[in-house]
Parts: sequence; C-alpha cells; structure tokens
Amino acid sequence: MRTRLVTVLLALITAFLVIPGAAATADEQGGESLHGQITQPDERDLGVEGIEIMVFEGDDEIEAATTDSDGNWEVVLPGPGDYRAVVDQESIPSEYEVRETVLLVGGEAEVTVEADERRPLIVALDEAGTAAEEPEESESPSEGEDAAEEGEEAPADDEALEVEGVSGGFGDRFAQLTAAGLLFGLVIAVSAIGLSLIFGTTQIINFSHGDMVTFGAMMALLFSTGAAGMGNSLLAIFAGLGVAVLLGAFMEDKLGRTLLIILQWTAVLGGIALATLVGVLGDDIQWQVPLWAAAAIAVLMGAVLGGTMERYLWRPLRKRNVALIQMFIVSIGVALVLRHVILVLFGANRTRYAGFQVQELVHLGPVSMPPRDLVIIAVAVVVLVLVACLLQFTRIGKAMRAVSDNRDLAESSGIDVDRVTMYVWLLGGGLASLGGVLFGLNQVVDYEMGFRLLLLMFAAVILGGLGTAYGAMVGGLAVGLVAMLSTLWFPAQLMNAWALALMILMLLVRPQGLLGSRERVG
Amino acid sequence: MDILMILAEAARSAVGPVAAIYALAAVGLNLHFGYTGLLNFGQVGFMLVGAYGVGISVAVFDLPVLVGFLVGLGCALVLALLLGIPTLRLRADYLAITTIAAAEVLRLVYRAGFAEPVTNGVYGLQNLSSGFREVNPFDAGGRYGFGAMTFTGNQMWLMTVTWGLVAVFALFTWMLIHSPWGRVIKGVREDEDAVRSLGKNVFAYKMQALVLGGLIGALAGAMLAVHQGAIQPDQFKPQVTFFLWVILLLGGAGRVFGPIIGSMAFWFLMNFTDGFLKGLGREGLLPFLEGPDYGAIQLAFVGLLLVLLIVFRPQGLIGDRKEMLINVK
Repeated sequence: MRTRLVTVLLALITAFLVIPGAAATADEQGGESLHGQITQPDERDLGVEGIEIMVFEGDDEIEAATTDSDGNWEVVLPGPGDYRAVVDQESIPSEYEVRETVLLVGGEAEVTVEADERRPLIVALDEAGTAAEEPEESESPSEGEDAAEEGEEAPADDEALEVEGVSGGFGDRFAQLTAAGLLFGLVIAVSAIGLSLIFGTTQIINFSHGDMVTFGAMMALLFSTGAAGMGNSLLAIFAGLGVAVLLGAFMEDKLGRTLLIILQWTAVLGGIALATLVGVLGDDIQWQVPLWAAAAIAVLMGAVLGGTMERYLWRPLRKRNVALIQMFIVSIGVALVLRHVILVLFGANRTRYAGFQVQELVHLGPVSMPPRDLVIIAVAVVVLVLVACLLQFTRIGKAMRAVSDNRDLAESSGIDVDRVTMYVWLLGGGLASLGGVLFGLNQVVDYEMGFRLLLLMFAAVILGGLGTAYGAMVGGLAVGLVAMLSTLWFPAQLMNAWALALMILMLLVRPQGLLGSRERVG
Repeated sequence: MDILMILAEAARSAVGPVAAIYALAAVGLNLHFGYTGLLNFGQVGFMLVGAYGVGISVAVFDLPVLVGFLVGLGCALVLALLLGIPTLRLRADYLAITTIAAAEVLRLVYRAGFAEPVTNGVYGLQNLSSGFREVNPFDAGGRYGFGAMTFTGNQMWLMTVTWGLVAVFALFTWMLIHSPWGRVIKGVREDEDAVRSLGKNVFAYKMQALVLGGLIGALAGAMLAVHQGAIQPDQFKPQVTFFLWVILLLGGAGRVFGPIIGSMAFWFLMNFTDGFLKGLGREGLLPFLEGPDYGAIQLAFVGLLLVLLIVFRPQGLIGDRKEMLINVK
C-alpha cells in the first residue's frame, strides 16, 4: 500500500512540475480589492444603499465606491500596500451612524492589503444616538468572510434566544424568565431523552442527534408550508409507499402472491400519480397540511431516520466490533453529512412556521406568553409523561431500562437486545424530531439549530446522568432554567455558556450526574 | 473546465499556509489522541486562545508579535490545566463532551459584548501581521516557485516558519515517543490500569500530554492569526476541530508523519472538490445548485470521508492498524 501511495504522490508531483505555469495565471484573476457589505443594524438581511466609501493611498484619493441595494461595495486597488478607507459621513442616512470599532475610528480605517487579496472591511451601522450603549442582540458578524479557506458561507447567527414579553421589574422578569426557562428546558428534555437512551443501550455518544432535531424541524416546515406543492407531492408518494408496506405486512397470508404484488405496485404508482397531479396543479390547491399534522409526519420520519441509521449503520458497525471511539467519530461524520445535505436542500435561511409568528400575548399573573408557547409546554409535558409511562409500565419500556442499565445482564436474561436497541432509536429519532418542531415553533428554523441545541442536550444528559431517561428530563429542565435565568444578571449572548459551565461544574462534584449510579464513570 | 488547472491549484493549496497551520494543530492532536488516547474534541479552543493571544497583544496593546506568541502559549497552558483537572480522571467520552463544550464556551465568551473592549466582539481583530512581516527575509512583492507552485514573498515567509515548526514538532514528537515518557503514554492509551499498577501517575502523564498538544495547537492558532492578519471568534467553530480529526485519521493517528500527510491530502481534496464543483457549475452541469451550496456539499463530503475512513480504513493512509484499535477505557 505504501509503495503504491508513494508512486501516486511522485507521479502527481512530476505532473505539476511539467505543467508550465498553466496555473500561474490562476491566482492573478483576483487582483487586490477591498470589499464589504453594510447592513441595517437591526435587520441584517437588508443592506443600506448609497453609502460612499473612499479609499486613499497617502493623501491621494484613488477610488471610491457606493453600496448597492444589497449594501455591497467593492473597491479595486492598484496593488498591494497600505490604504486608508474613509466612510463618507454625508452619505449615511440620518437615522444611522457608523459604529466605532478598534479598526474603524471616526469613519476611517487603515488597512494593509496583500498581493491578490480580496480584503473584507467591516463597516457596521448603529441607530443614531445609541452608539454609547449597544444592545447585545443586534450584534453579529456582518458577513461570514473568513480569510481561512473554510469552504462554508457561515450565516450570521445570534447565540442568544429571543424571549417575548420580558420587561418590568426584577420580580416580573424573574417570573417571565422562569417560564421561558421551563419551556426551553422542556424542549431540551424532549430532545435529549433519545440521546440518553441511545447512550444507555449502545454506549454511543450520538453527535448526530442535534441534526436529527434539525431534520424534524425541517420536515415539519416542508410539509406545513407546502413549498408550492412539493410537500404535498412528497406526502402523496409517502402515502402510496405506506399503503404498499402495510399491504405487505398485513395481507401477506390472506392474498395470493401475484395479487399482492399487483396491489402494492398499484399503491406505489397511484401515490406517484397523485404526487404528479398535485405538483402540476401546484398553487391552485389551497389546502395545505396543518402544522400539527406536519409535526406528526415529521415525528414519524424522524423515527424512520433513527431506525434506518440503526439498521444500516450502527448495527453493522457493532457486528464488526468497531471500537467506541471510532463510533463517535462516525457519528460526527453522519452529523456533518446530515447537516449539510439539509443545508443544500433547504438553504441557509432562517424561517418560521407560517401563521405562528405574531400572536397576542396571554397574561397569566406576572407571566405573559404567546399561546403557541403554552401549546409547546402542554405538548412537551404530555409527551414526557407518556414517555415516562412507557418506560415504567410497558414491557418494551422495562426492557429499554434493563438494557440501558446493563446490556449483558439484559441479554442473558432473554431480552432481544437488538430489537430493544431498534425501538430505542425509533423512539429517540421521533422525540428528537418533535423537539425540533417545538424548538422551531418557539424560535426559528435553520440548518444549524440542532447543532446549537446539541451541546445543551449533552449538558442536560450529563447533568442528569448519562444513560438514564429520567436524568435527561431533570437535566434538561435544569439547563433550560439556568440558561434563561442567567440573562437576569449576565449578557444574553452567554446564556449557553452558563449552561455548559454548569455541566463542567457537575463533572467536578458529581461526575455520574444527578440520577446516575456511581460505577458508570469508570 | 481545465482539470489540470484545478489539480494544480489543489496541489498548491496542499503545501500552502493553511495546510501547514492545520498540520501543526493536528500534530498536537496526534499527541492527544494518537499517542495518549485522549479524545480531545476541543482542539479549536487551544487554537482560539493562541490566535487571540497574538491578536490582543498586537492589536490592542501594541506589543511585539513575539510577545503575542508567548501570551498565546501561556493562555493555552492555563486552558489545558483548567480543562484537564476536572476531566482527565473521567472516562474518555466525558472528556470528549467537556472539551467540545469548553471550546464553545470560549468562543461565546470571546464574542460576547462584555469582552468587546479587548476582543472587539464578533468583529474580531485586524492588522495583526505587520510585525511578523517586518522580519520577512523574502521580498514581499516578489513571486517564488515554479510552474503551478507560485507564492508571494509573504506567503513564502509564513510557509517557511509554519512548515519549519511542523518539522520541529514532528521531530520532537518522534523523540518523545521513543523516550521512556513516550512508552508510558502509549501504555496509558493501551491500558490505563496496567500502567497505574506499575506505579505511574497516569493523571500526571495525561495532563502533560494534554498541555503539550494544547501548546502546539495554540501555536497553530497564533500562526493562523499572523497568516490572516485578522481573526473573528466565529471562525473557531467546532467544525475546525472536526477538520483536524479528519486530517489526523486520514493521515494515520499514532504516526509522526500522519498529521502532515493528512493535512496535505485533506486540503488537496478540499480544494480539488471545490474547484471541480465550481468548474461543473460554470459549465452549467449543476442546474439546481448555487454558489453557497458547493461549500455545503464539500462539508458533507468531509463527513462522508470520515465515515468511510473509519469503516474501511481506520488506520488512515500510513497508520498501523494495530495502533488504532483503541477502545474507551
């Protein structure tokens, strides 16, 4: 193998040496320039048009540019060197002013541009008169311009979550943030149960769990908005496939083999025909799937995703005796694939479920929340109680807890561990999807939402005790409350940091978690 | 689409500054995972403190670059100690979660509003590389190299220093691993209890490995700051750590040259897929995709590569299969 490798490398190297400067022109195409995007302080997607930026070399003005309707500007420079860029204060709309930064003082910036560099210059605006105290929420990197060849256009993300209707004195804010923390905690708890159970039964730390959350939110989005008929078309295809599978499952003994196959194919083809019909009619059909039904479909698909991964990825890997560290790394790979496939399919936009953005606040004593949040809390509580009942009273639930507690002992007492693991993945995938829908309903849906939630889920699971389902519930609530209540005293941007710090603190004093047993830590 | 040009451009990036910086960080990670078996998913945190050590010293306090490097290394030392004390006694999976969380906490703190006077928040710090370039022995405007491999003087200087550091630390790793100390940490990787039964202080050895690897990571971060001339907290996302893991596993963990080969191969592949997709796009062969999607496809490809590597070739390009059968202890 190694000789082959060396041969290939040598061949490559010689190949490049003999290409006479073919690529030498490749890096000339850029040339030097200075560019950037100026956006409104409160609405990052909207550019500010007509701001003039002049570039000086020494005292000579060499070039000037004006931002276009998206706020983009670019100045082509004659060559590498030191330049002074000046933002024309006259051209800035009167409601804004240029934000002072270390680099940008009084609207002027000194920049050094290298050969062939397209150098970004960040110019941020503030609302006039607020320059002294900048509200934390409105900050964001104005663009994802990494000089490193990261390969990804990172959209600006706020680390802080938004909470509606928080105002008033300390007592009021405390009550409101407690309610918000409870909601956030319940969402984390719903999503994290799967993570904890999967760890308990298979010892895999599933880094792709966050992206299963995103998957659920995206599926609900796809089906509820219809996407100009696309969601409905997919639904028709799935319905056809579902009928075919059900026919196969229940009618296998009662019908002849040929008849069964014909019926199944009719169902599948009927589904496809219906999908085409829906697709062609497109916008003429007013009906779209309501969100609760879309959420149900998303949960189902999340469960199917979890089950598929278990059946076709994790079980074969376990059979091959792949070590656990390797399994973590595989799950990171799966997470990257899942996240970026979602990014390609759905784009990097942040969207909300239609029809639930603006709602009249309901006042319950000191707490006021929109009705959708009340529904989220109700759904989450009901689901958590149902899961607890499932684990406590049903055979499969008891089996799950048994396998989670001690896999070998469970296997030797006659539990079919593979089947139980499959059910755990189905349950975990479904719950992760539901968590995604709830989180997306409360906040926004975007392709990184699950990854942001993932670390909080880890915190929740470790806090409660790795591998215990009830621990994930308790830990989720604790993490949600800590994150939200920390904003009483500390900046909202750091809310996730406090939750993670809580986890690290927990590892110091009680590494097995609140409900974990001592020997787990090993 | 000129396939030769794309190949040449990819090969150029395989020896370029970014590949060198990632190779350096992966050398540190190799010390953690490849030799000691520490599941460090927060290497980017060390890079962040290294980069900000340079950034804050140079941009805010106007200190020389060299002082910035020392500040960065000092911060990495403190970080490694803070990180190691609570977690190194725990099982490997706890270490993984804690390190990834700690790196995220660091990023959140560095981009937060209250740290803005020093870190300039999400906008980051700029104009960091002038001190480094003042001592550039190459002609800054000139071009060096031949054929496809042409670099500017500034790039040459950075590459010389970074690849030099890579070479030094690769040699250093080799010497360490062939010393009694190296035998102990490889023992820790294989069977912690056995090493403990020989009367070695496993915790201390793990801590030393964590500190050493972290310092190398911080140095890579500092070089990144000097290379870009500007740093923002959001470029230190967990993704960078995942890249480093792919590099390490691609090259072969537990091998001195693993991270180096891995980094070159990884950046070759990254730039090749990028150029190839863009080429296809220009030819109009990818009708449903737009520019930003290419980056996403590339990252999905990284993920797939990670999965396939682990499943089919866990030892990477030059690794030893026996060395990679590490299990969680």
